[in-house]
Amino acid sequence: MSSKQQHLDTLGEIRDLMNRSSRFVSLSGLSGVCAGVFALAGAAAAYLYLGGDLFFGLEVFGPDSRADYHTIRLAEKMREMDFYSFMLLDAGLVLLCALLSGTYFTWRRARRAGAKLWDETSRRLLVQLFVPLAAGGLFCIFLLLHGQAALLAPATLVFYGIGLFSAAKYTFNDVQYLGLCQIGLGLIGLVFPVYGLLLWALGFGVLHIVYGGVMYYRYERNKQQ
Amino acid sequence: MSNYLHQLNKAFENRSRLGIMSVLAVNERVDFNRLKELLDLTDGNLASHLTALERENYIEVQKQFIGKKPNTSYLLTDAGRAAFRSHLDALEAMLREMR
Repeated sequence: MSSKQQHLDTLGEIRDLMNRSSRFVSLSGLSGVCAGVFALAGAAAAYLYLGGDLFFGLEVFGPDSRADYHTIRLAEKMREMDFYSFMLLDAGLVLLCALLSGTYFTWRRARRAGAKLWDETSRRLLVQLFVPLAAGGLFCIFLLLHGQAALLAPATLVFYGIGLFSAAKYTFNDVQYLGLCQIGLGLIGLVFPVYGLLLWALGFGVLHIVYGGVMYYRYERNKQQ
Repeated sequence: MSNYLHQLNKAFENRSRLGIMSVLAVNERVDFNRLKELLDLTDGNLASHLTALERENYIEVQKQFIGKKPNTSYLLTDAGRAAFRSHLDALEAMLREMR
Protein backbone atom coordinates (compact mmCIF):
# COMPACT_ATOMS: atom_id res chain seq x y z
CA MET A 1 0.00 0.00 0.00
CA SER A 2 2.72 2.42 0.98
CA SER A 3 4.57 1.55 -2.20
CA LYS A 4 1.44 2.21 -4.21
CA GLN A 5 1.01 5.55 -2.50
CA GLN A 6 4.65 6.31 -3.25
CA HIS A 7 4.16 5.69 -6.97
CA LEU A 8 0.99 7.74 -7.00
CA ASP A 9 2.83 10.59 -5.30
CA THR A 10 5.61 10.34 -7.86
CA LEU A 11 3.13 10.50 -10.74
CA GLY A 12 1.41 13.45 -9.08
CA GLU A 13 4.73 15.26 -8.79
CA ILE A 14 5.56 14.58 -12.44
CA ARG A 15 2.20 15.89 -13.53
CA ASP A 16 2.48 18.95 -11.32
CA LEU A 17 5.93 19.81 -12.70
CA MET A 18 4.78 19.30 -16.29
CA ASN A 19 1.85 21.63 -15.71
CA ARG A 20 3.73 24.22 -13.73
CA SER A 21 6.58 24.40 -16.22
CA SER A 22 4.47 24.66 -19.34
CA ARG A 23 1.17 26.22 -18.31
CA PHE A 24 0.34 29.45 -16.56
CA VAL A 25 -2.04 28.25 -13.84
CA SER A 26 -2.40 31.47 -11.85
CA LEU A 27 -4.92 32.95 -14.26
CA SER A 28 -7.82 33.92 -12.01
CA GLY A 29 -11.48 33.39 -12.80
CA LEU A 30 -12.18 36.72 -11.13
CA SER A 31 -10.15 38.39 -13.90
CA GLY A 32 -12.71 37.03 -16.34
CA VAL A 33 -15.65 38.18 -14.22
CA CYS A 34 -14.21 41.72 -14.00
CA ALA A 35 -13.49 41.86 -17.73
CA GLY A 36 -17.10 40.80 -18.33
CA VAL A 37 -18.53 43.47 -16.04
CA PHE A 38 -16.47 46.22 -17.68
CA ALA A 39 -17.43 44.93 -21.12
CA LEU A 40 -21.14 45.09 -20.20
CA ALA A 41 -20.67 48.64 -18.93
CA GLY A 42 -18.89 49.57 -22.15
CA ALA A 43 -21.59 47.95 -24.26
CA ALA A 44 -24.27 49.78 -22.26
CA ALA A 45 -22.46 53.08 -22.84
CA ALA A 46 -22.29 52.36 -26.56
CA TYR A 47 -25.98 51.43 -26.55
CA LEU A 48 -26.90 54.69 -24.86
CA TYR A 49 -24.76 56.57 -27.34
CA LEU A 50 -26.14 54.83 -30.39
CA GLY A 51 -29.81 54.54 -29.45
CA GLY A 52 -29.84 56.79 -26.43
CA ASP A 53 -33.26 58.25 -27.17
CA LEU A 54 -34.86 55.17 -25.72
CA PHE A 55 -33.53 56.03 -22.29
CA PHE A 56 -34.37 59.73 -22.26
CA GLY A 57 -38.08 59.36 -21.69
CA LEU A 58 -39.02 61.74 -18.91
CA GLU A 59 -41.60 59.29 -17.68
CA VAL A 60 -38.81 56.95 -16.63
CA PHE A 61 -37.29 59.18 -13.99
CA GLY A 62 -39.70 62.08 -13.69
CA PRO A 63 -38.82 65.63 -14.77
CA ASP A 64 -37.05 66.67 -11.56
CA SER A 65 -35.07 63.53 -11.01
CA ARG A 66 -31.34 64.08 -10.58
CA ALA A 67 -30.64 60.78 -12.29
CA ASP A 68 -32.51 62.02 -15.30
CA TYR A 69 -30.55 65.25 -15.29
CA HIS A 70 -27.26 63.40 -15.27
CA THR A 71 -28.40 60.99 -17.94
CA ILE A 72 -29.25 63.87 -20.22
CA ARG A 73 -26.01 65.70 -19.48
CA LEU A 74 -24.02 62.58 -20.24
CA ALA A 75 -25.95 61.99 -23.41
CA GLU A 76 -25.41 65.57 -24.52
CA LYS A 77 -21.71 65.28 -23.95
CA MET A 78 -21.67 62.05 -25.90
CA ARG A 79 -23.40 63.71 -28.80
CA GLU A 80 -20.80 66.45 -28.91
CA MET A 81 -18.09 63.91 -29.54
CA ASP A 82 -17.86 62.36 -32.90
CA PHE A 83 -18.72 58.70 -33.32
CA TYR A 84 -15.24 57.33 -33.83
CA SER A 85 -13.60 59.08 -30.92
CA PHE A 86 -16.44 57.92 -28.69
CA MET A 87 -16.06 54.31 -29.79
CA LEU A 88 -12.29 54.44 -29.38
CA LEU A 89 -12.60 55.98 -25.92
CA ASP A 90 -15.23 53.44 -24.89
CA ALA A 91 -13.30 50.44 -26.18
CA GLY A 92 -10.03 51.81 -24.81
CA LEU A 93 -11.47 52.32 -21.34
CA VAL A 94 -13.01 48.85 -21.28
CA LEU A 95 -9.71 47.32 -22.39
CA LEU A 96 -7.72 49.30 -19.82
CA CYS A 97 -10.05 48.49 -16.91
CA ALA A 98 -10.24 44.82 -17.92
CA LEU A 99 -6.46 44.54 -18.20
CA LEU A 100 -5.82 46.32 -14.88
CA SER A 101 -8.40 44.36 -12.89
CA GLY A 102 -7.45 41.13 -14.67
CA THR A 103 -3.78 41.63 -13.86
CA TYR A 104 -4.63 42.44 -10.25
CA PHE A 105 -6.65 39.28 -9.56
CA THR A 106 -4.17 37.08 -11.39
CA TRP A 107 -1.29 38.70 -9.49
CA ARG A 108 -3.16 38.08 -6.25
CA ARG A 109 -3.72 34.43 -7.09
CA ALA A 110 -0.08 33.96 -8.11
CA ARG A 111 1.10 35.59 -4.88
CA ARG A 112 -1.10 33.33 -2.76
CA ALA A 113 0.25 30.27 -4.56
CA GLY A 114 3.80 31.53 -4.20
CA ALA A 115 4.17 31.64 -7.98
CA LYS A 116 5.48 34.36 -10.23
CA LEU A 117 3.24 36.58 -12.33
CA TRP A 118 5.87 37.01 -15.02
CA ASP A 119 7.70 33.90 -16.13
CA GLU A 120 8.22 31.74 -19.18
CA THR A 121 4.64 30.44 -19.12
CA SER A 122 2.90 33.82 -18.81
CA ARG A 123 5.20 35.20 -21.51
CA ARG A 124 4.21 32.38 -23.91
CA LEU A 125 0.55 32.78 -23.00
CA LEU A 126 0.62 36.49 -23.83
CA VAL A 127 2.47 35.94 -27.13
CA GLN A 128 -0.17 33.39 -28.19
CA LEU A 129 -2.95 35.77 -27.20
CA PHE A 130 -1.52 38.99 -28.57
CA VAL A 131 -0.40 37.93 -32.02
CA PRO A 132 -4.03 37.27 -33.12
CA LEU A 133 -5.17 40.34 -31.15
CA ALA A 134 -2.64 42.62 -32.86
CA ALA A 135 -3.68 41.26 -36.26
CA GLY A 136 -7.31 41.80 -35.23
CA GLY A 137 -6.58 45.36 -34.09
CA LEU A 138 -5.04 46.26 -37.45
CA PHE A 139 -7.88 44.49 -39.25
CA CYS A 140 -10.39 46.61 -37.31
CA ILE A 141 -8.55 49.83 -38.09
CA PHE A 142 -8.83 49.01 -41.78
CA LEU A 143 -12.50 48.11 -41.37
CA LEU A 144 -13.02 51.59 -39.94
CA LEU A 145 -11.00 53.23 -42.72
CA HIS A 146 -13.18 51.45 -45.25
CA GLY A 147 -16.30 52.61 -43.43
CA GLN A 148 -17.33 49.18 -42.20
CA ALA A 149 -17.94 50.16 -38.57
CA ALA A 150 -20.84 47.70 -38.31
CA LEU A 151 -18.40 44.79 -38.66
CA LEU A 152 -16.15 45.98 -35.82
CA ALA A 153 -17.94 44.13 -33.02
CA PRO A 154 -18.05 40.74 -34.77
CA ALA A 155 -14.45 41.14 -35.98
CA THR A 156 -13.16 41.78 -32.45
CA LEU A 157 -15.05 38.68 -31.25
CA VAL A 158 -13.53 36.46 -33.94
CA PHE A 159 -9.94 37.62 -33.41
CA TYR A 160 -10.25 37.51 -29.63
CA GLY A 161 -11.65 33.99 -29.88
CA ILE A 162 -8.72 32.89 -32.04
CA GLY A 163 -6.32 34.43 -29.50
CA LEU A 164 -7.97 32.57 -26.62
CA PHE A 165 -8.01 29.33 -28.54
CA SER A 166 -4.30 29.50 -29.24
CA ALA A 167 -3.44 30.71 -25.71
CA ALA A 168 -5.35 27.83 -24.12
CA LYS A 169 -2.47 25.40 -24.50
CA TYR A 170 -0.39 27.55 -22.16
CA THR A 171 -3.04 27.82 -19.45
CA PHE A 172 -6.25 26.00 -18.52
CA ASN A 173 -7.58 23.92 -21.40
CA ASP A 174 -11.07 25.24 -20.64
CA VAL A 175 -10.02 28.56 -22.18
CA GLN A 176 -10.26 27.00 -25.64
CA TYR A 177 -14.02 26.51 -25.24
CA LEU A 178 -14.40 30.17 -24.32
CA GLY A 179 -12.41 30.95 -27.48
CA LEU A 180 -14.62 28.76 -29.67
CA CYS A 181 -17.76 30.42 -28.28
CA GLN A 182 -16.35 33.89 -29.00
CA ILE A 183 -15.49 32.85 -32.57
CA GLY A 184 -19.01 31.45 -33.00
CA LEU A 185 -20.67 34.63 -31.75
CA GLY A 186 -18.41 36.70 -34.00
CA LEU A 187 -19.35 34.67 -37.05
CA ILE A 188 -23.05 35.04 -36.24
CA GLY A 189 -22.40 38.78 -35.99
CA LEU A 190 -20.80 38.81 -39.43
CA VAL A 191 -23.96 37.20 -40.84
CA PHE A 192 -26.29 39.54 -38.92
CA PRO A 193 -24.35 42.78 -38.29
CA VAL A 194 -27.51 44.35 -36.80
CA TYR A 195 -26.97 42.29 -33.67
CA GLY A 196 -23.29 43.22 -33.49
CA LEU A 197 -23.42 45.14 -30.22
CA LEU A 198 -25.75 42.62 -28.58
CA LEU A 199 -23.47 39.72 -29.55
CA TRP A 200 -20.45 41.71 -28.39
CA ALA A 201 -22.08 42.22 -24.98
CA LEU A 202 -22.95 38.54 -24.89
CA GLY A 203 -19.42 37.44 -25.79
CA PHE A 204 -17.18 39.89 -23.95
CA GLY A 205 -19.67 40.46 -21.13
CA VAL A 206 -21.84 37.48 -20.31
CA LEU A 207 -19.48 34.72 -21.48
CA HIS A 208 -16.57 36.21 -19.52
CA ILE A 209 -18.66 36.41 -16.37
CA VAL A 210 -20.01 32.88 -16.75
CA TYR A 211 -16.62 31.43 -17.65
CA GLY A 212 -14.78 33.36 -14.93
CA GLY A 213 -17.37 32.37 -12.34
CA VAL A 214 -17.18 28.69 -13.26
CA MET A 215 -13.38 28.76 -13.21
CA TYR A 216 -13.36 30.51 -9.86
CA TYR A 217 -15.68 27.99 -8.25
CA ARG A 218 -13.95 25.04 -9.83
CA TYR A 219 -10.30 25.86 -9.27
CA GLU A 220 -9.94 28.65 -6.73
CA ARG A 221 -12.64 28.83 -4.12
CA ASN A 222 -11.99 25.44 -2.53
CA LYS A 223 -8.24 25.82 -2.54
CA GLN A 224 -8.40 28.93 -0.40
CA GLN A 225 -10.38 27.24 2.34
CA MET B 1 4.84 -7.13 -10.35
CA SER B 2 8.50 -8.06 -10.34
CA ASN B 3 8.21 -8.11 -14.14
CA TYR B 4 7.97 -4.35 -14.12
CA LEU B 5 10.45 -3.62 -11.40
CA HIS B 6 13.46 -4.00 -13.68
CA GLN B 7 11.90 -1.63 -16.18
CA LEU B 8 11.96 1.23 -13.70
CA ASN B 9 14.94 3.26 -14.69
CA LYS B 10 17.68 3.51 -12.07
CA ALA B 11 18.66 6.93 -13.38
CA PHE B 12 15.23 8.27 -12.42
CA GLU B 13 15.10 6.87 -8.91
CA ASN B 14 16.08 10.25 -7.64
CA ARG B 15 13.14 12.65 -7.44
CA SER B 16 15.08 15.63 -8.71
CA ARG B 17 16.20 13.78 -11.80
CA LEU B 18 12.67 12.64 -12.52
CA GLY B 19 11.62 16.26 -12.03
CA ILE B 20 14.18 17.50 -14.54
CA MET B 21 12.97 14.93 -17.07
CA SER B 22 9.33 15.91 -16.48
CA VAL B 23 10.03 19.57 -17.12
CA LEU B 24 12.11 18.89 -20.23
CA ALA B 25 9.47 16.49 -21.59
CA VAL B 26 6.96 19.31 -22.05
CA ASN B 27 9.30 22.19 -22.88
CA GLU B 28 11.45 22.50 -25.96
CA ARG B 29 14.38 23.86 -23.97
CA VAL B 30 14.77 25.10 -20.43
CA ASP B 31 17.64 27.10 -18.99
CA PHE B 32 19.47 26.48 -15.76
CA ASN B 33 17.82 29.19 -13.69
CA ARG B 34 14.33 28.22 -14.72
CA LEU B 35 15.01 24.61 -13.73
CA LYS B 36 16.42 25.78 -10.41
CA GLU B 37 13.30 27.84 -9.78
CA LEU B 38 10.85 25.08 -10.77
CA LEU B 39 12.56 22.31 -8.82
CA ASP B 40 13.66 24.44 -5.90
CA LEU B 41 17.21 23.08 -5.89
CA THR B 42 20.57 24.66 -5.11
CA ASP B 43 23.03 25.41 -7.92
CA GLY B 44 25.36 22.60 -6.95
CA ASN B 45 22.64 20.06 -6.46
CA LEU B 46 20.96 20.79 -9.78
CA ALA B 47 24.29 20.82 -11.61
CA SER B 48 25.21 17.37 -10.33
CA HIS B 49 21.85 15.89 -11.36
CA LEU B 50 22.15 17.48 -14.79
CA THR B 51 25.64 16.08 -15.22
CA ALA B 52 24.40 12.62 -14.29
CA LEU B 53 21.58 12.78 -16.84
CA GLU B 54 23.95 14.13 -19.47
CA ARG B 55 26.31 11.24 -18.83
CA GLU B 56 23.42 8.85 -19.52
CA ASN B 57 22.95 10.74 -22.78
CA TYR B 58 19.36 11.59 -21.78
CA ILE B 59 19.74 15.33 -22.02
CA GLU B 60 21.66 17.65 -24.27
CA VAL B 61 23.39 20.81 -23.08
CA GLN B 62 23.46 23.95 -25.18
CA LYS B 63 25.66 26.86 -24.21
CA GLN B 64 25.21 30.21 -25.80
CA PHE B 65 25.56 33.89 -25.09
CA ILE B 66 22.54 36.11 -24.64
CA GLY B 67 24.13 39.51 -25.03
CA LYS B 68 27.24 39.13 -22.90
CA LYS B 69 25.75 36.68 -20.42
CA PRO B 70 26.45 33.01 -20.85
CA ASN B 71 23.25 30.97 -20.89
CA THR B 72 23.05 27.23 -20.53
CA SER B 73 19.91 25.45 -21.60
CA TYR B 74 18.93 21.82 -21.60
CA LEU B 75 16.80 19.64 -23.83
CA LEU B 76 15.79 16.00 -23.97
CA THR B 77 17.55 13.70 -26.39
CA ASP B 78 15.50 11.09 -28.23
CA ALA B 79 17.01 8.46 -25.95
CA GLY B 80 16.01 10.51 -22.92
CA ARG B 81 12.44 10.87 -24.14
CA ALA B 82 12.17 7.13 -24.79
CA ALA B 83 13.65 6.28 -21.39
CA PHE B 84 11.29 8.68 -19.62
CA ARG B 85 8.31 7.26 -21.45
CA SER B 86 9.13 3.65 -20.62
CA HIS B 87 9.73 4.64 -16.99
CA LEU B 88 6.23 6.14 -16.88
CA ASP B 89 4.81 3.06 -18.60
CA ALA B 90 6.43 0.85 -15.96
CA LEU B 91 5.04 3.01 -13.14
CA GLU B 92 1.61 2.82 -14.69
CA ALA B 93 1.77 -0.95 -15.14
CA MET B 94 2.86 -1.45 -11.54
CA LEU B 95 0.01 0.66 -10.25
CA ARG B 96 -2.41 -1.28 -12.40
CA GLU B 97 -1.30 -4.57 -10.92
CA MET B 98 -1.52 -3.31 -7.37
CA ARG B 99 -5.13 -2.32 -7.78
